[in-house]
Amino acid sequence: MSDTLNIFLASVLTHNIVLVYILGMCPAIGVSKNLKTAMGMGTAVIFVVTITSLINWLIYNLILVPTGGEIISLMVFIITIAATVQLLEMLLEKYLPMLYSAFGVFLPLITVNCAVLGVTLFLVLREYTLFQTLVFALGTSAGFFLAITLVAGIREKFDLIGDPPKGLQGPGIVMIMLGILALGFMGFGGMVDL
Amino acid sequence: MGSQWHRLTYTKPYVLLKDGIWRKNSVVGSSLGICSALAVTNRLENGIAMGLAVTFVVMVASIVTSMIRDYIPLRLRMIAYMVIISTFVIAVDIFFKGFFPDISRSLGPYLPLIITNCLIMGRCESFALKSAPGFSLIDAFSHGLGYTFTLLILSAVREVLAFGTLLNVSVVGAAWTNWMVMAMAPGGFFLLAVIVWVVRSMQGEIDEAGATPTEKTVMEAA
Repeated sequence: MSDTLNIFLASVLTHNIVLVYILGMCPAIGVSKNLKTAMGMGTAVIFVVTITSLINWLIYNLILVPTGGEIISLMVFIITIAATVQLLEMLLEKYLPMLYSAFGVFLPLITVNCAVLGVTLFLVLREYTLFQTLVFALGTSAGFFLAITLVAGIREKFDLIGDPPKGLQGPGIVMIMLGILALGFMGFGGMVDL
Repeated sequence: MGSQWHRLTYTKPYVLLKDGIWRKNSVVGSSLGICSALAVTNRLENGIAMGLAVTFVVMVASIVTSMIRDYIPLRLRMIAYMVIISTFVIAVDIFFKGFFPDISRSLGPYLPLIITNCLIMGRCESFALKSAPGFSLIDAFSHGLGYTFTLLILSAVREVLAFGTLLNVSVVGAAWTNWMVMAMAPGGFFLLAVIVWVVRSMQGEIDEAGATPTEKTVMEAA
């Protein structure tokens, strides 16, 4: 049990995927302009990461390892992710239109979100069990949600102050915000470890 | 099939080269490929390896995409890019594992993550899909070179500040105190922000809201 809690807390706080591993930067910079969009993106990522990492774990351990196909695992993972996202989009549109209108537009973007493939690669590297994979995927995507929501919140408030210097507008200032947040998250260091 | 895509107007090769390296540099100009640009650049050798790997993959992926562009169905183009890119990333991954096991170990999952490097897909989508292989090659080469330059600057500065070394050779005096935070995520964020600031001020041109391509796509889709 403590192991489960450990993995969860570590992947949310001390090993945050955005602020420590620096993955998923494109959405963290691109879709963090307002809080609502950022939360939509975060929710969509939680959904997709959990499903795809479970599927990828099953495919890797039940099909690729027994048949000695580890060498093409990268291609299999990315196709699984792309196919799952496509399938999810279609299923949501048909059966859960409410959910689809909430985060349907983010789904195509998630295919190229490095955080999704990153979670799969980490769980293969660390040889997690299926249950650990579930916890790790939930924790990591919750960490992504936390980071992108924090950035969006800061950006919304920041707009009230005024414009930063010209060359720093847009991505530049967001990187500084992320840097300060990352410094803050370093404070969690040593609390839990993987 | 031939007129499926609207073609780009061709310009001279040196214009493409200048665009890729300086004027439309992927990392600085459109914030593409930032994940790997920040995550692996705490040592110069990692920066060089990553830059060259991405340059290689973007070049071959662009040529292949460009050659088969008339046969890629519009709706399946993302999956087509993924298959093409991941083929070459697997090759690069095996190459590093075989010849440079140390670098492969320190890059960890970031080497396979070249697959989702937006820079490569961006080049396939916005250039190779609409252009002849020769032009795509020049375009991909220049963007790869621009990416490598950015990584070189980032990793050189970070390695000197964080470890006092350059390619593992000490370059500072004994009185130097290592600035460890530069080797970690915050240092990378701050340094890249400064580089973006300097370059954009020098270029003196920012598009309207400074919106990144991802942002534009979302705004259009929403």
